[in-house]
Parts: sequence; structure tokens; C-alpha cells
Amino acid sequence: MIEVDRLTKFYGNHAAIRDVSFTAEPGQILGFLGPNGAGKTTTMRILTGYMPASSGTARVAGFDVFEDSRDVRQRVGYLPENPPLYREMTPFSYLSFVAQIKGVSRGDRGAAVQRALEATATDDVAKQPLGTLSRGYKQRVAIAQAIVHDPEVIVLDEPTIGLDPKQVIGIRKLIKGLASDRTVILSTHILPEVTQLCDKVVIISRGEIVAEDTTDSLTATEDLEHVFLRVTASDVVADGDAAAEEPGAAEATGAETSAGPSEADSSEDSEDEAGGVDSDSPAGDAR
Amino acid sequence: MNNIWALAWKELRSYFLSPIAYVVLAGFLFIMGFMFWNMLAQFSRFVAIYSSMQQPGMLEQLNLNDMVIAPLLGNMTVVFILIMPLVTMRLFAEERASGTDELLLTSPISTLEIAFGKFFGATMFLAVMLGLAFVYPAVLMYFGDPEIPQILTGYLALFLLGTSTIALGLFASTVTDSQIVAGVLAGGMMLMLLLINWPADAVGETMGAVLRYLSITEHSSDLMRGLIKVEDIVYYLSLTSIGIFLSQRSLESLRWR
Repeated sequence: MIEVDRLTKFYGNHAAIRDVSFTAEPGQILGFLGPNGAGKTTTMRILTGYMPASSGTARVAGFDVFEDSRDVRQRVGYLPENPPLYREMTPFSYLSFVAQIKGVSRGDRGAAVQRALEATATDDVAKQPLGTLSRGYKQRVAIAQAIVHDPEVIVLDEPTIGLDPKQVIGIRKLIKGLASDRTVILSTHILPEVTQLCDKVVIISRGEIVAEDTTDSLTATEDLEHVFLRVTASDVVADGDAAAEEPGAAEATGAETSAGPSEADSSEDSEDEAGGVDSDSPAGDAR
Repeated sequence: MNNIWALAWKELRSYFLSPIAYVVLAGFLFIMGFMFWNMLAQFSRFVAIYSSMQQPGMLEQLNLNDMVIAPLLGNMTVVFILIMPLVTMRLFAEERASGTDELLLTSPISTLEIAFGKFFGATMFLAVMLGLAFVYPAVLMYFGDPEIPQILTGYLALFLLGTSTIALGLFASTVTDSQIVAGVLAGGMMLMLLLINWPADAVGETMGAVLRYLSITEHSSDLMRGLIKVEDIVYYLSLTSIGIFLSQRSLESLRWR
């Protein structure tokens, strides 16, 4: 489970998130929404022990993310927005390595890797270098990395980005299955995904929580798109003001979340073209 | 310990899965071979000249250790300073550039374990380099009669120098996500440590002694002549510890940005 209490993070003088509080129970899938640069990635990085907050506390799987960072990191699976893959490794050796540093014992490692490969349908490319795989495979290996050590809490930053519709359905099914006894936090820009998958929705805008409710009650009177636009409306107007007043600060937040994926997009796309790899079939078969 | 080993093994494998290992090994062995061949040729020229003089006493003075091995290993220190940054520059800069640092820093391993894992990974590669470079003394042993202990202390000097370079290079690699910058920083630091004793004669007794102590070559020359001195070993181990310590601090600071 996850308990976030008045979490604040400053980058210099600029608050990326301010007084963020929410909770998620085991068995729940929490949809974490917000415009680019709203502070989603910052919040997730704090929850996964990547960096400490400036103030406030967060407990993940019963441990404080700052005091017992190592215990938290042991129990969390994290898919960052840029898939953290080693190009020269194969999915098999990569997942074995991740299982090892996540503390999976030697005896259980083989089975854990096999289970993660099968769950993400990547076992057919298990022996090919990650650098040669298509975007969809890379993304799924990155998801496999987040679940290989059977974590209690899973944090997924835009898990279905770069997947084709068939794969998206597969991954959604996988996430749904994972949530049976675990807590899943899922950030996404695809609103229908949230209504389909998530039990609970948290919307963050300009570093502050603007909505927290179950999906059902949030979408009782209007659909999620309207809710999203309404609660983040101040963002659009205020964003313009902020840009005029503090160009440096506004740029910094924008760059933090948007620079990464756009870079990755272009390089990944050109690779796919060069390799001529169909995203739905193993790279080897396509040639 | 388990985590350190996992990382070190991953590092060593990555070297051999990318062209860098083969390029570095080939370059290193080629340059060393070229030097070796030149020194050996010079040595045999001397032998020929001295024997034609028909003065047996002078011929006795020629020996392989002083004329081939010591200068060969001495010159290798400079080659090391040029080559080792190519080995260390990717150690953490690549992780930062590709986003895999986020995986390492959200895994239940400490930054000290990361620093040691990376260090030992590169050190294993160094051992492979030096192991292959043993072919040159082996040639001497086959055809001549060099003093083996001196060869071993000479290689020990190179190994210790190598580990110091790795530790400082690792630090350089943690402060930037650009491999080029990391390589230049590492090379610059080592070059400075090589040259630092140059003004030693001009800056007074105390300062001169300090600068001499800091210099890499001051500490390798005795070892390469077969003399093991505790202060030399301590010097290299201190450099290595400082490098690993700074790397750990630098890695930890990544969390606080």
C-alpha cells in the first residue's frame, strides 16, 4: 500500500510538487493523471526511492521512503518513462541481472525471469540483444523488469507508450492481473485506459493534487475527459502567465518530463526503420 | 557483496559485448608490442657492438631487465594514462545517458556497492589487459634469462597504477552524462598526476617533497626496478580509495538534484 502525506519537492526555488497527499490500497490500481510537467514523474521518483522529497513523508509497502529506502526499493517495481535497458544485453541476461540486484535468491532467479518473460510475452526474443528489438518489445522487457522480483507495489510511468493496439490490450490485461494482491500506480495520458483499468484516480496539476476519488464517483456525472479538462483548466491559463514571468522555471519543468521521451521517440523510430522490424513479430522473424 | 559481484560481472560482460574491449586490447597490445620490438632490437644491436669489441667485461653489463623490461614498463605508464580513460569513461556516464541509472538507484543496492561493482568490473578488464600483455616477458623468458621477480613487481606497478586510474576515471564518469567529458576529465587528472613533480626543484624543499610524493612516476620507478616499498603501495591504494570514495559521494549526490 501507499500513503503519501504532504510531499513537496523543490528543484532550486521551484516547487515541482507541493503538499501532495493520496493513498492507495493493496489490490487497487491508481491512475495518476496530469499534464506534462505537472509533477507525475517527480512523485513517482520519490515513491521509488530514486530521490528524497524536500518535505513531507511517504510510506510504501509499510516502509518510509526516506528512512527505510532500501526496504522500499526491495518491494517496489518501477518502470521509468525511459525504459532503463542495456542495449548490448539480451532480455534474458538483463532480467537475470535485474533479479539479482533486486535481491531475488539464486534458486528462484531462473523461475522469476521465466515468469516475467512469459507475462510480458517477450520469451520469443529472450536471446536477442535489446538494442535490436522493436519499440514494443523494448517497452515490454522494461515492464518485465518492473515485475521480475514479484514486488508488492508497482509504479508504471506510461507503460503502454509505443505499443500497438494488440500489445496495449495485452499489457492492460497483465496490469489488471498484477493488481490482485498488489498496489499499482499507473501514470498515463490515455484517459480511456484509466476508466478501463483504474479503481482510483488522482489528478495532479502544477504540482498540486486537484482531484482524488474512485473512478466510478469521479465519472458519475461527466466523463473523465471533461473532469480532466475542468480540474486542470487553471494549468493552461496559468502556464502562460508563468512562462511570461519566469521563463527559466517553466522551461525547467517542461524539459524535465518532455525532453526524455521525445528524444527517445526519434531515436527509437529511426532504429525501427533502419532495422525494418515489425513491432509485432520477433526481430529475427521479420528479416 | 552479492550485488557488487552482480554489477562487476555485468560490467565485464558489457566490455566484451561492445567494440570497446577489442579496440582497447588491440591498441594496447600493438603499442606495447611496438615498443617491445624496438627495445629488443636496440638491445641486440648493443650486444652485437659490444661483442665485436671483444671486451667480455662490457658484455656482462648488458642485461634484459634494465634495458628492455624496466624502460618498457616505464613507458607503459604513459600509454596507460592515455588508454585507461577509454575503459573508464563509460562506467557511469553511459548509465546516466541511457536512463539505466534510474534502475540502479531504485534497486536495493547502496551507492557504495554500485561504486565498488563498477570498480571491480573495470579492474577485471584491467587484469585481462595485463594478462595478455604478459606475452612479451614470456618471449624474453623463452629466449633469454630475465629476472622474473622484477617483471612481476613491474606488472604489479602497472596494476596498481591501473586501479588508481580506474577509481579516478570512475569518479570522472559519475559527474557527467557525456562519455567524452568523462574521458577527458580522467585523462586530464592522470596527466596532471604524471607531471605534478615537474616544478618540484623550483618550489622549495617541503613543497617539492609533496609534489614529488604526489607524482605517479615517482612511485612506479622503484617497483619497476624490482623494489617493493610500502609507501609506494600505500600511495596507489590511497589514490584508489579516494577515487572510490569520491565516486560514492558523487553517486549519492545524484539523488539530491
